[in-house]
Amino acid sequence: MSAFVAVLARDLRLGLRHGADLAMVVIFFVLAALLFPFGVGPEANLLARIAAGVVWVTALLAAMLSLDRLFHADYEDGSLDQLALSPAPLAVIVLAKATAHWLTTGLPLIAVAPALGLMLRLDPAGFAPLLLAMLVGTPCLSLFGAIGAALTLGARRGGALVALVVLPLVLPVLIFGVGAVEAEVTGLGAQPHLLVLGALLAAALPLAPLAAALALRQALESA
Amino acid sequence: MAKTDLDRGRHKLNQRSDPRQSFDSGSFAGAGLACVRGDRLLFRGLGFVVKPGDALVLTGPNGSGKSSLLRLMAGLLAPAAGHLTWAGRPVEANREAQRGRVRWLGHLDAVKPTLTVRETLALHGRLHGAGADPAAALDDALGALGIGALADTPGRQLSAGQRRRVALARLLVAPAPLWLLDEPTVGLDDAGFAAFGAVAAAHRAAGGAIVAATHSDLGLGDARRLTLADFAPSAAELEAAA
Repeated sequence: MSAFVAVLARDLRLGLRHGADLAMVVIFFVLAALLFPFGVGPEANLLARIAAGVVWVTALLAAMLSLDRLFHADYEDGSLDQLALSPAPLAVIVLAKATAHWLTTGLPLIAVAPALGLMLRLDPAGFAPLLLAMLVGTPCLSLFGAIGAALTLGARRGGALVALVVLPLVLPVLIFGVGAVEAEVTGLGAQPHLLVLGALLAAALPLAPLAAALALRQALESA
Repeated sequence: MAKTDLDRGRHKLNQRSDPRQSFDSGSFAGAGLACVRGDRLLFRGLGFVVKPGDALVLTGPNGSGKSSLLRLMAGLLAPAAGHLTWAGRPVEANREAQRGRVRWLGHLDAVKPTLTVRETLALHGRLHGAGADPAAALDDALGALGIGALADTPGRQLSAGQRRRVALARLLVAPAPLWLLDEPTVGLDDAGFAAFGAVAAAHRAAGGAIVAATHSDLGLGDARRLTLADFAPSAAELEAAA
């Protein structure tokens, strides 16, 4: 537990001191979503129909952008060796790093999502399920992302590779995240979709750190 | 300034080598070890014993497997053959306990540009269990390596030698019986070299052991040598393997 807190505090501190990296993810999220009204035209009905999908897809891509620095910097400067040699299980350290990743990328994305929803003429009934779905879904992105980031450690052009590995894994999050908003707007209720997202998170929380820890040990073997 | 830090550190270290604080440690041994990197066999049939208070220096030409042997001893790398034991018990039996006994100094310093020296070492102490008084242990470590004045300097402002001293200070923040060091003195000036000699001697006096890979003389006194070239596969063996 103390190892979890120590690594979480360290990564948060590092994340905040590299504020530019953090801002870049949020700016990418906003800019990418801004492109859609230009691309498909400003017609309100059309925008309202695709709003939830656009917010989710761009959030997904923005999260991908930040994933390659999850383990890569620590791998390059030898910190990962030190972390892996601490008595705490590596999975606990991975969980702490994924938590820090979510706090420094997932949470800011959720904070600006309502503004993007307004801009894209999202139905007023859709805001609450969008935010709830993101609150449950973005931690899944960080957790699945940790697996991808660990698997591609040491590979050349790891950044692009992370996206290739992680995007298929997070498709369910996208499907149920968008589904929650559409169901609420059409009057069916978002609850079933939110429950599925919750189940995904409940499964990823213990399993993803274990898988990522295994992948990290593998990467350290070939270091 | 650095000099007084160093003197203060030596004084503290003398206190630390009090036999009552010595490590209750067994001997660390390996037998029949082989290591394969990529598709190349680096060494085979390698055995060693390190007893409390010992220093073992690994020598050999570049690429002979010194760093790989250290990674293998640390448990970062699994041996292709052979096994490691601590006090007669295989280390795989309890990996977490083994990680608690080992302190690692790789060829990378693991110093973050945006974290201060104190933050870097405090994190290490928290992760590895820094004993009863972490703050005092941290100040002792800074003093022993003569970097007390740099405590609040961020990593990016440190020179290569200063970063190396921070990496060495990590060994003292959370004491453990076995030090695995990869070229520990690289980049150090004379004062840094002397500081390393002092902390290494104090560690051994307290019953700790050191395994170091190096090309230069570390000033470890009566260290034993392990020449990796002695365990390199012969041309005939490589041909047979291919």
